[in-house]
Amino acid sequence: MSTDAAGLGRRRAVGFVLPALVLIGVFLVFPALWTVYLGLTDFRLTGLAAADPKMVGADNYTAALADERFHSSFWLTAQFVAGSAIAGQAGLGFAVAWALRDRPGPVKRAVEGVVLLAWILPSSVVAFLWLALLDRDQGTLNALLHTPGFAWLLDHPMPSIIAFNIWRGTAFSMMLYGAALASVPPSHLETARLAGASTFQQLRDVVFPHIRGHILTNLLLISLWTFNDFTTYQITAGGPEGRSEILPVYIYNVALSGGQLGFGAAVSFLVLLVNLVLALVYLRLLRERKGAVA
Amino acid sequence: MTARDLPARAGRPGDGRVRHSVAAIGRATFLAAVTGFFALPMLWLASAPFDAHPTITTSVPELTLANFRALLANPYLLSSLGNSVLQAAAGAVLVVTLAATAAYALSRVRIPGRDALLYLLLLLSSVVTGTAAMVPIFELATRLNLIDTHLGVVLTLSGGLLPAAIFILKDFMDGTPTSYEESARVFGARPLQILWHIVVPVIRPGLATIAVWTVASVWGSFLTPFILLRDPAKAPGAVILYTLYTEGGAPRLDLISAFSLLYSLPVVLMYLFVSRKYGFRFHGGIKR
Repeated sequence: MSTDAAGLGRRRAVGFVLPALVLIGVFLVFPALWTVYLGLTDFRLTGLAAADPKMVGADNYTAALADERFHSSFWLTAQFVAGSAIAGQAGLGFAVAWALRDRPGPVKRAVEGVVLLAWILPSSVVAFLWLALLDRDQGTLNALLHTPGFAWLLDHPMPSIIAFNIWRGTAFSMMLYGAALASVPPSHLETARLAGASTFQQLRDVVFPHIRGHILTNLLLISLWTFNDFTTYQITAGGPEGRSEILPVYIYNVALSGGQLGFGAAVSFLVLLVNLVLALVYLRLLRERKGAVA
Repeated sequence: MTARDLPARAGRPGDGRVRHSVAAIGRATFLAAVTGFFALPMLWLASAPFDAHPTITTSVPELTLANFRALLANPYLLSSLGNSVLQAAAGAVLVVTLAATAAYALSRVRIPGRDALLYLLLLLSSVVTGTAAMVPIFELATRLNLIDTHLGVVLTLSGGLLPAAIFILKDFMDGTPTSYEESARVFGARPLQILWHIVVPVIRPGLATIAVWTVASVWGSFLTPFILLRDPAKAPGAVILYTLYTEGGAPRLDLISAFSLLYSLPVVLMYLFVSRKYGFRFHGGIKR
């Protein structure tokens, strides 16, 4: 579909594309490339190195790899992604979609509505809602469980933010699997059920082979988003003592709060690399699926 | 209750009806638990704003609207919503205009390297996130004198949203037949006339989707205004709300609760509007 129906002409067409490209170039492409350069300097927010940053080569990277705090942050991030996205959001999202697949309209709308609401509320609001829920002295959760004074966020910061992120993001997986399950031919499931297959067997032999593409897409996207999520900063700010300091929060604390811009840029570059790998795999999948349909 | 002895009965072979009803009870229990888990944190948002003495604990409110009146007394709260409106509206205008022109040209005119460009755009939009680019974005805004300006926030957020917007609108354009444009041209309409009078009305639903999506994204975004704005008089609702519950002293729960509700409402209404009007359109990567 590239007949120039309105007679725009190639020159004017370029003029149409250019403003968008300039904005993307300055505020998206350039920052990404600049990260690489800044990561090789000792640039700081204040002081001598702020006025006259020097090239330090790979020093920031070797420093990061030797840094205890970076190791711990990296490990916490892995837990966060595996626990809240891959196991939590995808697992719960699928389970809800499966349980809702042939429910009557009102039940389905009510459950989907409340799950979606958690997803669309602004992050500053949901962060406070969870602070209130998990509050040590007056939190609703402690009141419900009769565990007054239990300090969820201080004693168990990682499980807390993992639970939070499951709550926050399950909607996407639920909607995606809902759409995927609708594409599984009912006759296949019916046949399996008549043959006496248990729910587990139906899932393993009929459903999963059919929606494998959706599962991969889902896992990649939610991993990417969870890996880059900054919302937990508003709940724990990485604390206490860095015990919930996932990489996005670590970068903020080290670079913008702590003033080590060069070092922060080096860590950002590592994040960009991980994002790039995930996105490349995702786009390849997307292309393969388009090819399969065409 | 009866539910406790049901699993035992389900073990009896061949009794399909019982097995079915156990499964139904299990499923209902699961759905109730899920609903409880998701609703529990939000109950506070429904009760505390209307409570005469709001506490952290969710409780049945002693109904009042005094908390909303209290918002008026704080100089930053309502003006921060004004800032949110300003940034979201400016972002929507910018993203819709630039994405629509770019998407139209990319869909209708064969520009060399188009496919590679689109692929690159899609890749970039998911790779360069606010988290990964916060250091250079902060530094760039400092050097361009964009710190503490609405413009800095709007340009940064728009730059991040544009690739996906172009991609979605280009898809939309590709699915629209060129016959209207061709016949208008036969009758002697000039290209820009065709765009304004023929193309824009045809793709209006697509433009509306992008506008709503941009408004919702800018409205909720926290990190970018948090690092680019120092002056609380310019901060949007997201940042003001955060400072409201993190600044020292006892948190003003009357303000936090009423403001949270007021600030959340537009997003929820927009979502309802879009899903009512266009149905829930599932765009894979649309939420960042």
